[in-house]
Amino acid sequence: MTMTTKTTPAGSALFALPAARHLTTAGAAIALIGTFLAWTWTSEFPGDLTVTGYPGGLQVLTLVGAVLTLLFALSGYGIKGLRWLTPGGANSPVRLAALGVLGTTGFTVGAIAVKLGGVVNLEPGAWVSLVGAIIATVAALGLPADQELDDTTRPTPLNRFVNSLRAPAPTRAKDLPNWAEILIIAGAFGVALHVFTYGIDTEYAELFIGYIISVAFGFTALTRAGLIARITRLTTKHRNVTLAAALIAAFCFPFTQQNEQYALIGANILIFATVALGLNVVVGLAGLLDLGYVAFLGVGAYAAALVSGSPLSPVGVQFPFWAAVLTGAAASLVFGVVIGAPTLRLRGDYLAIVTLGFGEIFRLTVNALNGVSGPDLTNGSQGIPSIPDLNLFGFDFGVSHTIAGFTLGRSANYYLLMLVFTAVVVLVFRRSGESRIGRAWVAIREDETAATAMGINAFRLKLLAFALGATLAGLAGTVQAHVSYTVTPEQYQFAGSVPPNSAFLLAAVILGGMGTLSGPLVGAALLYLIPAKLQFMQDYQLFLFGIALILLMRFRPEGLVADRRKQLEFHETGQLDVPPDVPLTDQAAGTTKAGA
Amino acid sequence: MTTTTTTPATTTVLDASGVTMRFGGLTAVRGVDLTVNSGEIVGLIGPNGAGKTTFFNCLTGLYIPTEGKVSYKGTVLPPKPHLVTKAGIARTFQNIRLFSNMTVLENVLVGRHTRTKEGLWSALLRLPGYHKAEDASRERAMELLEFIGLQDKADHLARNLPYGDQRKLEIARALASDPGLLLLDEPTAGMNPQETRVTEELIFAIRDQGIAVLVIEHDMRFIFNLCDRVACLVQGEKLVEGTPGDVQADERVVAAYLGTPFEGAPGAEEVAEVEAAEAHAGTTGTAAPAKDTTPDTTSTDEEGTR
Repeated sequence: MTMTTKTTPAGSALFALPAARHLTTAGAAIALIGTFLAWTWTSEFPGDLTVTGYPGGLQVLTLVGAVLTLLFALSGYGIKGLRWLTPGGANSPVRLAALGVLGTTGFTVGAIAVKLGGVVNLEPGAWVSLVGAIIATVAALGLPADQELDDTTRPTPLNRFVNSLRAPAPTRAKDLPNWAEILIIAGAFGVALHVFTYGIDTEYAELFIGYIISVAFGFTALTRAGLIARITRLTTKHRNVTLAAALIAAFCFPFTQQNEQYALIGANILIFATVALGLNVVVGLAGLLDLGYVAFLGVGAYAAALVSGSPLSPVGVQFPFWAAVLTGAAASLVFGVVIGAPTLRLRGDYLAIVTLGFGEIFRLTVNALNGVSGPDLTNGSQGIPSIPDLNLFGFDFGVSHTIAGFTLGRSANYYLLMLVFTAVVVLVFRRSGESRIGRAWVAIREDETAATAMGINAFRLKLLAFALGATLAGLAGTVQAHVSYTVTPEQYQFAGSVPPNSAFLLAAVILGGMGTLSGPLVGAALLYLIPAKLQFMQDYQLFLFGIALILLMRFRPEGLVADRRKQLEFHETGQLDVPPDVPLTDQAAGTTKAGA
Repeated sequence: MTTTTTTPATTTVLDASGVTMRFGGLTAVRGVDLTVNSGEIVGLIGPNGAGKTTFFNCLTGLYIPTEGKVSYKGTVLPPKPHLVTKAGIARTFQNIRLFSNMTVLENVLVGRHTRTKEGLWSALLRLPGYHKAEDASRERAMELLEFIGLQDKADHLARNLPYGDQRKLEIARALASDPGLLLLDEPTAGMNPQETRVTEELIFAIRDQGIAVLVIEHDMRFIFNLCDRVACLVQGEKLVEGTPGDVQADERVVAAYLGTPFEGAPGAEEVAEVEAAEAHAGTTGTAAPAKDTTPDTTSTDEEGTR
């Protein structure tokens, strides 16, 4: 990275504080030292925070946060060799990282006090870290802002605080040699895999909450520092390398898991993410709101279960796996066309209602085909249990295998199988999205009338998107049937407590970022992990979920992973694609006029 | 600026005969005949609500005419917009309808849709012809962007373009489908005189490529400069058709725009009285606009394009 000296005018600080930077550094260091001391006297609090000299559990999170704060703070001194850390803003990352440390430490202290019944259970180490975090945060708030308030915003304390957490975009970095850039990408994916694995491996709810706090603040800090933008530039430049790196990182995941339960979470996330990506073709590219998408997953799963050779399957055949996959995909394709052909003549809300209806009809029909109220095809609410494990080329998916010293359990086997399917779906999404067909989909999403006037057969292309989406879901369903041993109608609801359902799928797409490749993957991972890790909020899950969606739509309507287009759509000012030398005045006027 | 037709051996590109469009009890277009020959620029004028855009929508298949037929180069057009475009008629919209969140280049590439064949399998499997077809499309799209002068803004989002450029981009997008006839619905609405002149040059350049143009416009100076032939629609019926000079001179056209003279036309006495009053009032009364130049946004137009 370059050592460009920043020319952005530094804004004023929230309040005058002499030696703010020294204090921040000292605070972060104190918090760091605190993590090496005992935080509580008993190992009743999970993670065993009683050991001196060896941070564990939540202490590690504080430790990492403190190190990050320290690095950013030192970078702010302009120390050579550290300046590459903050190509964007120098002070807002410090503030965010310090807030993250404070959040994690504060949460831990609170959790210990609540769990063990009082603050007396805290050992000095906890206080040391907490005081350090407070000093660092307060001092960091005294650092000057990275950018001035724009003229239109009133300088209220809140606005000034929010502004102090923002930073200008980083300048363009000098190009490094290709191998170095690829190495950076590989490193970034290594870190990402590590962070993700850590999240899946969190053993208790407190650690997971602390993890979420740390990751949220840490990631924002990295964004403000401009590092994420730099990485994104590299990944867009080397897209195939990035894809390969992501695939390798995903492939490595089961080898880090010796715990069957966590490997299963991984496999389920992958299924969920794959289906969400399939839905993204329908919703994100073609703009068709499908509220019954999970039914296609169900069709694929049922089709695969029926021909799986399960002793309880009313159809007593056993297809080889490849044939079962084709059956599942074909069944979903047929259903997609059958549902799509009459309904895709509708637009917008009408389509949503019809697909919502179809989703429910699927579930009810499967329930009814039990031999009593209809022909026996699906065993009704019993579902099809004991689906046998797969055996491909003599590789039995049901038992553990030891490969190069790593033990891969049943879930890990299926995870790797599912990864192949995910890779296929990723490829389909990318290639179709960039082609003539993908452009036509986006055109239909943007303006259907204009698209037809350009010679696009809107109905046919919408049907194509719908059918393709259905087929991809069906593909995932065939694996899902085997992973979960059993298929029952209740797995395929509109909204339920277990993630792959229509509402969660749609949420994963919207939360992650519509029309993007990585968005639904990130969204699905989050939406699966959070309920799986926080069992205690099961009763409030949908409620919290609703709140989270509202907050997201208010503050980041383009989703976590922003499409370049979407970002421009929702934030008028961030005209990223306009080079800085072009005067913006007439462009802005054009936008308002064209909006009529 | 030439207004004479270029080729003596003209062929009929568009032939609309007896086109009638009724919405329930309202007859928006009544028995309109119109032909456009190759290498010709034909103008369609008329006051607000005269049915110009409705007539356009009948031509492009957005509406199915209640009566009458529209044929393009001898074949009757199917009433489906995408098939009309495929046949060779491209259009722009009165209120700009670009794909605003796509880039300028992508907008033009979408216009290439009917002239390319690469399907989903070709895209997924990257079949041999895929890259070739994609490259050819891009090359053609860049050519068109150069033609309208937007080649440097190929990667900008369409929504970020200035207004005049958005109008131009709409034309480029329409041209991307290699049409034989281009329908322009108020291409200069909201433009300043300089931009209007540039558009005029652009339309002549398009005509010189052998593409016939049918244009709806309110700007009379623009249309009489541009067109070889002008038709005037009034209340859904074609009032008059002819050379710009004929139409301009036609009393009925003037009446349609300005109204018929009051029977008891003001005599010299009243005129003097009014002038005296105006002089007394001071500088307030300036000349009233001679022509109606506001873009027409009647309800039928809105329906037609949505």
